[in-house]
Amino acid sequence: MLISILEQLINGLRTGSIYALIALGYTMVYGIAKMINFAHGDIIMVGAYTLYIGIALLNLSIPISILLTVIVCSVVGVAVEKIAYKPLRNAPPLAVLITAIGVSYFLQSVSLLIFKATPIPFNSVINLQSVKFGSLNISGITIVTLIVTTISMIILTLFINKTKAGTAMRAVSEDKGAAQLVGINVNKTISMTFAIGSALAALAGILYICQYQTLKPTMGALPGIKAFVAAVLGGIGSIPGAMLGGIVLGIIESLSKAYISTELSDAIVFGVLVVVLLVKPSGILGKKQNEKV
Amino acid sequence: MEKLFQKFDKKEIRNVAILVIGYIFITILIKGGFLNRQYTSLLVPIAVNIMLAVSLNLVTGFLGELSLGHACFMSIGAYSSAIFTVNTNLPAILQFIIALVIGGIMAAIFGFLIGVPVLRLRGDYLAIVTLGFGEIIKSVLIAMSGITNGAKGLSKIPLYSNYKNYTVVYIIMAITVLMITNLVKSRDGRAICAVRDNDIATESIGIKVSSYKIRAFVISAFFAGIAGVLYAHNVGIIKPTTFDYNQSIEILVIVVLGGMGSIQGSVIAAIILTVLPELLRGADNYRMLLYSIALILIMIFNHSKIKEGLMENRTLSKLFQKKGGVENGTS
Amino acid sequence: MALLEVKNLSISFGGLRAVDDFNISIEQNQLYGLIGPNGAGKTTIFNLLTGVYRPTEGSIELNGVSLVGKTASEICKEGFARTFQNIRLFNRLTVLDNIKTALHNQVKYSLIDSMLHTSKYKKLEKEMNERAINILKEFDLDKEASVISENLPYGKQRKLEIARALATNPKVLLLDEPAAGMNPTETLELMDTIRNIRDKFHIAILLIEHDMNLVLGICEELVVLDYGRVIAKGLPLDVVNDPTVITAYIGD
Repeated sequence: MLISILEQLINGLRTGSIYALIALGYTMVYGIAKMINFAHGDIIMVGAYTLYIGIALLNLSIPISILLTVIVCSVVGVAVEKIAYKPLRNAPPLAVLITAIGVSYFLQSVSLLIFKATPIPFNSVINLQSVKFGSLNISGITIVTLIVTTISMIILTLFINKTKAGTAMRAVSEDKGAAQLVGINVNKTISMTFAIGSALAALAGILYICQYQTLKPTMGALPGIKAFVAAVLGGIGSIPGAMLGGIVLGIIESLSKAYISTELSDAIVFGVLVVVLLVKPSGILGKKQNEKV
Repeated sequence: MEKLFQKFDKKEIRNVAILVIGYIFITILIKGGFLNRQYTSLLVPIAVNIMLAVSLNLVTGFLGELSLGHACFMSIGAYSSAIFTVNTNLPAILQFIIALVIGGIMAAIFGFLIGVPVLRLRGDYLAIVTLGFGEIIKSVLIAMSGITNGAKGLSKIPLYSNYKNYTVVYIIMAITVLMITNLVKSRDGRAICAVRDNDIATESIGIKVSSYKIRAFVISAFFAGIAGVLYAHNVGIIKPTTFDYNQSIEILVIVVLGGMGSIQGSVIAAIILTVLPELLRGADNYRMLLYSIALILIMIFNHSKIKEGLMENRTLSKLFQKKGGVENGTS
Repeated sequence: MALLEVKNLSISFGGLRAVDDFNISIEQNQLYGLIGPNGAGKTTIFNLLTGVYRPTEGSIELNGVSLVGKTASEICKEGFARTFQNIRLFNRLTVLDNIKTALHNQVKYSLIDSMLHTSKYKKLEKEMNERAINILKEFDLDKEASVISENLPYGKQRKLEIARALATNPKVLLLDEPAAGMNPTETLELMDTIRNIRDKFHIAILLIEHDMNLVLGICEELVVLDYGRVIAKGLPLDVVNDPTVITAYIGD
């Protein structure tokens, strides 16, 4: 029993850390552009198909394919911001959100046109032996996932807190106008945020398909929405919050799949979102905001 | 000023007249044999989409909140009524009337239960949570296979609202459109629009914002539920996956294309967007692509300098004002 | 007892005491001015009085009814109406509908009447239209009744906001910088309008204003706020010549 719970916790940690990577993108973009990038989940799908193209169609080596995936996702993320969101920077939130839904739909239908709706099988690029601790079995993919996410988060935290560009990002998220006054290029900073967020989503996408091993155009929607739930759970706008929220959500999901019901696990995840928003809308680590009257 | 007041009644008469002419037109088309089977089968879906779009417009266009769970209310209406008609044995007319009442009321109850917590949230959260609720309801419908027959779906639903009974469907659709048009031009409708335009000011003039948000949400859910009843009793078989996120988005596309806050627009867009896919059969994937591009372009255009420039041009501005006429009530 | 009695009103944001021990008592028909440098806490007082913020301490009584803890909409029903420093109109409604929305609690019919446009609806809508037009006439806005309010020029938007507040039939009207952004002629007109509505509707008016001509021209009593505290109170000319007030405005 204990081993089984432990295994579920580790599974939860694995899925949760993927959610956390995606949630970082939501939270960073929200912090800086004050919008929910609804299309963020579909960047995972773009990443997954890019990796597939790189490995299966272009016969590139795995590291090169991964690099290609990260670059393509960043470019797509930045392009989406420049084309669709930038013209709406002063528009009401409703308009921005509808546009973001449009972008999400657009990415999905483009990939539907290119790759068709039939799921494409995909072999994991991670070939690591599983590790045994007594009767506890930890798969290679879990180990890689945990290592990749931990390293990404450490680099991101250092980047945001120690570099000049990271300081600029924090400044823009604090006050766009004031940041501009002190000479920070707001457009460049926003682009950079989208690029970083999308790069993290690319990594998440790679880890995600290594786990689920099929590709389809709508594959990004569900992890995307769950990662959003994770971002809200942790407190949207807060980077440690996104990490924490992702892991907590992953564990909740894994435990409810194992001990409650597989069919209802998604419903439970959304239930968590509803409860969090009602009890503490600012999330675990978020700040409360009031409208100035 | 007298002119301004008379205008109200004129508009009402005009709306009814348009609906009656529409009915006569359809009857001529059907009785005259101008419509082949393919097109007669579209009549009910058009009416259903009109009802869905007009009711979603109340929440999105007039209340100004983005709901991504409209299909969820449709599914509540469809399932609750279908479970009733499949499991009871009553005279057809009576059964259908009760089914309509059950579908509408159940959807309204769910609208209330979901609305009370959700409407406390700010706009973008609200969108995601309504989406989340849609998914929850879907999973629950699959899980409750004892009553709903799970993922396989509920079948053998009596076809009370198929094209042969288009008169009934048309009347229900017409009543829905008229009631929402009326509502918008009333004390309650003004309060709803006020919430959209400025919630703090609305509260400051003594209107309880939360109460009107709930009201709009419940009314919208009610009519979506009725649309669900018509849907279920038209196709005869319903599955939880029919009412997913994509369905909600398709309704949203109709509302956005027709113009948020324009009921006429919703009606026209619902007709076009139901018929168009039939004309473009085989190009289904391109349809989604076009919808998505249209969503993005309309939003960007609506908030761009190009539009402001055009609005200054007299003739074009008249055109635009006419289009948005419904939302303005007295303009 | 005075119409509005505010005692020991205080609020803290974090450690900052934005309003500290504010007392005021306003009689019916009185025109009261609230002045002070930027950031003194004037708008915060309006927000406290109208239920946007909840005071940390103190009492607010209107006609003997305590308002602390009530929501903004309840407070409006008790007889408070306000305008906002940054105009908050119902931008996409017509001028007439802005006023009719404010008549919400005075002319009532049911949701069923709304959806069916019953004869009760028609009768009461007509009554609402007439009342709304009368209010608009007061502000010389009746010719713009069918204009979408965001298309009004700035000065008229300010006036419409006052008209809307007045339409809720208040006992006390709070005006937050009504003359902001107006030219001198418009300001003069506004002074007349404010005096007229006071005389006609017999209400008390409390206004925040930076335009000293307007303040000295119409206010019968003044209270001066600085750093959340009252530093002077009394007749306008006495107050503006008070050395503490001059220091607060100009600095040492």
